[in-house]
Amino acid sequence: MTSADASGAPRVLDAELRLHRGDFELDVHLRVEPGETAALLGPNGAGKSTIVAALAGLLQLEHGVIKLGGRVLDDPAAGIFMSPDQRRIGVVFQDQVLFGHLNALDNVAFGLTSRGMRRTEARERAQAWLDAMDLGDLGHRRPRALSGGQRQRVALARALACEPDLLVADEPLGSLDVTARNRLRRNLAAHLSSGRNGGGSAHAVPLRGAGDVPRLLITHDPADAFVLADRVHILEHGRLTQSGTPDELRRAPATAYAADLSGINLVRGTADSGEITVTPDGGTSSEGGSRRGAVLLHAADSTVRGPVLATIHPRAIALHRERPSGSPRNVWRTTAEAVEPLGDITRVLLGSPLALTADITPGAAHELLIRPGTSLWVSVKATEVELAPDSRD
Amino acid sequence: MTSASASQDANHSDRRSMRRSPQELPPWPVAILAAVGVVLFALPVVGLAARTPWTGLWTHLSSRFVVDAAVLSVVSSVAAAIVAAAVGVPLAWVLARVDFRGRSVVRALVTLPMVLPPVVGGAALLFALGRRGVVGGPLHDATGLLLPYSIWGVILANAFVATPLVILTVEGALRNLDRRYENAAATLGASRLRVLWRVTLPMIGPALGVAVVVAWARALGEFGATVTFAGNLGGRTQTLPLAVFVALEADRDAAVAVSLVLVALSLGLLIALRDRWWPSR
Repeated sequence: MTSADASGAPRVLDAELRLHRGDFELDVHLRVEPGETAALLGPNGAGKSTIVAALAGLLQLEHGVIKLGGRVLDDPAAGIFMSPDQRRIGVVFQDQVLFGHLNALDNVAFGLTSRGMRRTEARERAQAWLDAMDLGDLGHRRPRALSGGQRQRVALARALACEPDLLVADEPLGSLDVTARNRLRRNLAAHLSSGRNGGGSAHAVPLRGAGDVPRLLITHDPADAFVLADRVHILEHGRLTQSGTPDELRRAPATAYAADLSGINLVRGTADSGEITVTPDGGTSSEGGSRRGAVLLHAADSTVRGPVLATIHPRAIALHRERPSGSPRNVWRTTAEAVEPLGDITRVLLGSPLALTADITPGAAHELLIRPGTSLWVSVKATEVELAPDSRD
Repeated sequence: MTSASASQDANHSDRRSMRRSPQELPPWPVAILAAVGVVLFALPVVGLAARTPWTGLWTHLSSRFVVDAAVLSVVSSVAAAIVAAAVGVPLAWVLARVDFRGRSVVRALVTLPMVLPPVVGGAALLFALGRRGVVGGPLHDATGLLLPYSIWGVILANAFVATPLVILTVEGALRNLDRRYENAAATLGASRLRVLWRVTLPMIGPALGVAVVVAWARALGEFGATVTFAGNLGGRTQTLPLAVFVALEADRDAAVAVSLVLVALSLGLLIALRDRWWPSR
């Protein structure tokens, strides 16, 4: 499986999107490399759906150009507009948008027969995709008879079955409840990054995954973006306000929104009865692993076991000069590594044993006399440590 | 049972065993007027049933006069329903999806037969498509085809009054349809025609089905436009409603018998459709 498209050009998405709808103006330059997962992270109304529509060809650009590999999909200046059915862009829509009048198998086969594949062959391939998504037995079910997570996987299979040159996932986890989100995030991570899914041994039909195409994840949830994406683009009011790796965004958020999103602390570890043994930092510094040895975190949720991803909001971390008394289950001593005033909040980056980000008011920062190197006590209530099964191996 | 209460039962069938809440009971003026309404519609049916010659019913229904009319009615109404769907669905699509100047004028024009007296509609058809009509004249000269006073005229007159029902119902269904399903199909590589055939039409299927059945029922009962445009020629253009009208003078029992069949057919149809009349359900 190569990263080149049919014309031999590398599958790169290079899009300069400029259009307006009413008062809203979109002006975004987006580039996604083959094999890269880029997240487009922004609040509601930032223009995420408009970008999806423009890429998919459901909306025409006013200015700019969309290039995918060697193909020009939209170029108003040159009078080029390729219709959606010609673009070979796999879209996983928000709320899945599965065809209610077709069963899961025919939903997946729809794109294949649309491209002229014969029905029996298309169904065979669709079945292989369902098998790869662990949905092999559910092909006969209509979408309404599937769970949210199952529908999500059918939607992903439907998009991938067409072997698109670009995969766009629009809030793929948006309509799911928290538990399903966490479970599916892991699933999605696996399917997004694998070059082949279920190919080889189990199936006669080799399946090409999305491993070698550019992938764009549209989301308003920082956890999705920071866990799944290699690169995060922050979209506000129709413009990209910042782009970078999750790590870069954490260190130097450019806007209040970015600061709020990128401060989310993600800690990997192994959970058992509400106790999390934090994994010694295995190159996951972007998610704030521990620096040395095993650290124990307490979480209120005692149901999750095994590898977990613990989420701690930076505002949930309290800092003290003296050892705090009271109820917080998680109390430890650390040093402030950096102090960054970000307007309404002051961000404190904490050092070992757990590299975390804490957001406090500038007043509190002043009162605590926090400077780089200041020795501090950290407290986090167990109820503020949210657990999700780990999504990455 | 009125169809309104039938639909209530359908909606609440899963908790039929529960006691009715006071909110479900109508205030007394509503109850009285609703009862008057039921009586108003039930009386004619009762009158018809009371006047029916039950013993000789089959003799009347199997007479040559009735059978000819019934065959013609079935053939022409089915054909009219097909024409109504073939023309009405594309028109509904255009009206629902294409934003063009004069759309409301076009919509008013194509739904005009719903409010026009059918006799006027038939006369207008005659002026347009009759032997000396604006279009009918040249058409006859060129092909020898003459629409009035033929089964083609019956079908055309029926379709004329039935198509607006398809247009309105399907347009409503198309407007209610979530466009994202069609968008999804397009991104999956489906051509616009394939999207229409494989996604749009199946998704509005229930509404489309109702529209066609209602159009068919309307065509079956059509009188005014048919008698004006196609005439009342026994065995050629005399449909069941026309036969009833003629028989009222000549053979009242036969008229009542045929009427009863038409009433039973329509009532059965409406009960079968129940609240599916409105596609937004």
